[in-house]
Amino acid sequence: MSAVTVGFELPSKEFQITRESLVRYAGASGDFNVIHWNERIAREVGLPDVIAHGMLTMGLAIQVVTDWLDDPSALVDYGCRFTRPVVVPDDGVGARLLVTGTVTAIEDDIATVTLKAVCAESTVLGKATARVRIG
Amino acid sequence: MALNADFVGRSYPPSEPYLVGREKVREFARAIGVTDPLSFDTEAARSRGYADVVAPPTYAIRLSLAAVETVAVDPDLGLDYTRVVHGDQRFEYARPIVAGDELICQVTIDGIRSVAGNDMITTRADITTTAGEHVVTSYSVLVARGTDEGSS
Repeated sequence: MSAVTVGFELPSKEFQITRESLVRYAGASGDFNVIHWNERIAREVGLPDVIAHGMLTMGLAIQVVTDWLDDPSALVDYGCRFTRPVVVPDDGVGARLLVTGTVTAIEDDIATVTLKAVCAESTVLGKATARVRIG
Repeated sequence: MALNADFVGRSYPPSEPYLVGREKVREFARAIGVTDPLSFDTEAARSRGYADVVAPPTYAIRLSLAAVETVAVDPDLGLDYTRVVHGDQRFEYARPIVAGDELICQVTIDGIRSVAGNDMITTRADITTTAGEHVVTSYSVLVARGTDEGSS
């Protein structure tokens, strides 16, 4: 990876998020907040429908980076803002998340990857960046 | 509703040790669609220099958010936890979490502010092994959405 330059685009990934994904993630993460599985309560608090856990979206998005890395120890940091909810309708299809990553800076042996996560034509994560050691 | 600013800088006692289970790592990895054998196959993990299966980077939230929650529900803080959403999250890694790690988590309240009627609290959770090795630090911003009309 030493040949990586600014502007390099990592292989993108696409994810399908269904109600089943949310149930699985709730169990695996221990986050049982009702807005991630109960449509009635989600609507009561003003959401259009059940929404995905922000941490699920964040966990999916970083795979663009970890799939590209040879060794997960190279990950230095990873952060994002949860700017828009990923709405997951109970229609058998759910939500489609497309994640792309671009190297936007290289300093010393650390590359900054800026991630873009798009669902229903909206960017759902803000300032999503991961820094990785490439030396 | 204003939060109690006296809480800024407050550190809490470390959580009880959390033993990272191999099946929990596999379950978490499966739930987010990870395919790398590193998170499932102990032999694959060992051949790549890890003691056991490797947890995906966001696994740390299992520990940090639970620890932050115990702090955030303190009535003296004044945070209405029913209106709380996760606004922002960042991890700084010393190394990946691996099955068999025994971890403790210590929470500090880094900041409290109010923006456009929303209360925001910034927390830092330092995750170390019980032997004192730093593994990951998790920074979370929790936002209690204001009840005023027009706030987001």
